[in-house]
Amino acid sequence: MSTITDPPQGAFRPSMLLNDTRYRSYTFQFIALIVLIASFAFLGSNLFSNLAAAGLNISYQFLGSPAGYDINQALVEYNSQSTNARAALVGILNTLLVAFLACITATIFGVIAGVLRLSNNWLVSKLMSFYVEIFRNIPVLIWIIIIFTIMTAVMPAPRAFRGDDATASMVMNAFAFTNRGVYIPAPVWGPGSLIVVAVFILSIIGVFAYRRYATKLLYDTGRLLPMGWPSLAILFVPTLLLFFIMGRPIGLEYPELKGFNFAGGIKIGGPLIALWFALSIYTGAFIAENVRAGIQAISKGQTEAAGALGLRSGRIMNLVVLPQALRVIIPPLISQYLNITKNSSLAIAVGYADITATLGGITLNQTGRAIECVLLLMLFYLTISLCISAIMNVYNNSVKLKER
Amino acid sequence: MSDTSANSVAFVRTETVPPSPPPFSTTGPVKWAKDNLFSTPLYSLLTIVAAYFIYLILSSTLPWILSGVWTTSSLAECREVLDGVSAACFSVLTERWNQLIFGFKYPADQYWRPSLAFLVFFAAVAPVLFYKLPRKLLIITALFPFVAYYLIWGGTILTPILALAGVVAGYVVYGRLVAGSFAAGFFGGIAAAFVIWTIGGWIIPDNANEGAWLSAVPSRDLGGFMLNMMLGVTCVSLSVPLGIALALGRQSDMPLIKWICVIFIEFIRGVPLITLLFVASVMLAYFFPPGTTTDLFLRVVIMITMFSAAYIAEVIRGGLAALPRGQYEAADSLGLDYAQAMRLIILPQALKISIPGIVNVAVGLFKDTTLVSVISMFDLLGMIRGPILASTEWNGVYWELLGFAALLFFVVCYGISQYSQWLERQLATDHR
Repeated sequence: MSTITDPPQGAFRPSMLLNDTRYRSYTFQFIALIVLIASFAFLGSNLFSNLAAAGLNISYQFLGSPAGYDINQALVEYNSQSTNARAALVGILNTLLVAFLACITATIFGVIAGVLRLSNNWLVSKLMSFYVEIFRNIPVLIWIIIIFTIMTAVMPAPRAFRGDDATASMVMNAFAFTNRGVYIPAPVWGPGSLIVVAVFILSIIGVFAYRRYATKLLYDTGRLLPMGWPSLAILFVPTLLLFFIMGRPIGLEYPELKGFNFAGGIKIGGPLIALWFALSIYTGAFIAENVRAGIQAISKGQTEAAGALGLRSGRIMNLVVLPQALRVIIPPLISQYLNITKNSSLAIAVGYADITATLGGITLNQTGRAIECVLLLMLFYLTISLCISAIMNVYNNSVKLKER
Repeated sequence: MSDTSANSVAFVRTETVPPSPPPFSTTGPVKWAKDNLFSTPLYSLLTIVAAYFIYLILSSTLPWILSGVWTTSSLAECREVLDGVSAACFSVLTERWNQLIFGFKYPADQYWRPSLAFLVFFAAVAPVLFYKLPRKLLIITALFPFVAYYLIWGGTILTPILALAGVVAGYVVYGRLVAGSFAAGFFGGIAAAFVIWTIGGWIIPDNANEGAWLSAVPSRDLGGFMLNMMLGVTCVSLSVPLGIALALGRQSDMPLIKWICVIFIEFIRGVPLITLLFVASVMLAYFFPPGTTTDLFLRVVIMITMFSAAYIAEVIRGGLAALPRGQYEAADSLGLDYAQAMRLIILPQALKISIPGIVNVAVGLFKDTTLVSVISMFDLLGMIRGPILASTEWNGVYWELLGFAALLFFVVCYGISQYSQWLERQLATDHR
């Protein structure tokens, strides 16, 4: 009886490091590690000798010292004596503000353009493909500057609104478009307004509860309750009733021309509008393509099958087409949101005080702390994009086709 | 029976009626308009709104463009000629044409050099874009970087010649060693090229640029649309091989190499290009050996290349993932090693799938070259916003200049995307 033995193990030879697949990957990784360490050591030693030659060091002390510059649009309290860290916080909030606004409007533009591009109306679909091609093929920086120029060079100055022979007038007596920005009415929260807001929030919850109940009733008993008008009624009737019963606690403060400028209302600065609008229409063109691709990805057989089951066209859209199309649309949509956040760093070109303009612009130039500022800037954007990727992964896992 | 039937029928037509044309409303433009423009009341409304919108835009821009002035030398003169009529002053384009294209510092008597390089560029890029052209034309493509460098920067001719010699030496060594193993050939070729370049660095004297045939032009004098084109072409062509390497590294079985590539790609994709340009303009100089100065153009090229390589790597990774597993297994069962399998089986297919994505990245990269105006390089947009709009002659001609820039970028980017769609159709080998 012979026993099966392993093939004879030859003694280890150095040439096996290159020729034997068991060891070769270790060799390559070892070489890569050496190269990596060597290049980091090279760059690090260059950095330290350069810093020493320039008499600099790496320190984040400057974050605590007064910034010494003003920011025209700040969501939190800020003056020129605030610290650099607070200036950076103002910048972060401004970045998030413009990114949030642009995400909403870009989605609206994109969905409208994407759906209309698929319409049977020749003129409209051509117009929409024209929009998509124009905006996708011209740099977003040019769009930002074009809209900023419209905001500053074309809009009338506040003094054009003055006098009897005014050359400009306010839209509906509430909105003033000037070259210093757009003035819109501001809400005034009177006593009791909190109750109205609370009732409104409660009625939103009520709408969801009602729709849930209706669906449950449908699945349990087959009885179909109307959805549309009860939702609207629950949403608006209690709030409006309460609003008038309590004597209109929420008012509007209209912008008014006082002296050489407008007072009252909310001022939206030109740079914010330029950035917001340019990012929206530019990214909207990309989103339109995603939406179109998502809808076209659903085969016609799905619609026809749903029709054969006897569903009405609205229900076909809601129950069959949209759930499948959204699975295709939402991942690229989220990466477009990420692009908006990253492109909002172009604010520096029009003087909008986002994080790139405060921390990476003025603070960097005034303190000369280039390395620290740029590192912090990258850290911020990296955090944002990692958060958005995490959200996307969670979403992708939740809509993944369940294969059994 | 036959005679009765003949009597009972009063009239029988003996010849066929000629076919009459379809009713007016179901044919030609009327039917087309009915089907495509006014099929339902909602669509009719949409059509009318869209038509009114188009009319608004055209009626405000067309007269402005058509009655534009092309020949004056300043905005004041242009306004005088227009005499109160609202029309475009395109004369800023004719008067500042050289600045828009070449920047404001490039020596005026040397404009023929970048122009010639631009013409050669078409000859060099043609065999890459159109694979039906004779393959011998690729020699022009291989020589183009050195010719273009010499034409644009000038200086001593030794620099491009030695650089070319290094590449040739590397290629020869690669050709010798590649029969043994791909890795030996690849790294041997790189080593040989580096040896030649290092020796070349010692050979070229410090004052070689004096008395050269073509006077040396420093990088900071480059500008205008030429700078956008140079950045775009250089960075795209450098980032494709780097992107392939990163994509392969990310798929690798070796954890260390995989994680280096993953961290690099995710880091670059997570930050905006503008922060990387800040790195290039204020930070990168600290990482070079003390005493050396690296010019801004090179630093920007490094950062933009890294940026687009990360995106191209993700595109190619998608292409690699889309290949059926059987392709990898077939290559293995044929006994091909990793390099052979990649070069002969995997990459040709994966790259074909990735072409639309790579072109998208290239178009995006070309658009993003306008961002260098933020770090005070005078590209097309930088020229418009800086020297031209700030000059006393042309202070206030926004629309002509911005419209020109937009048109230039649109033509190039739209052209590239049309080309990629054409190429996709050409390469489609599946049966539909």
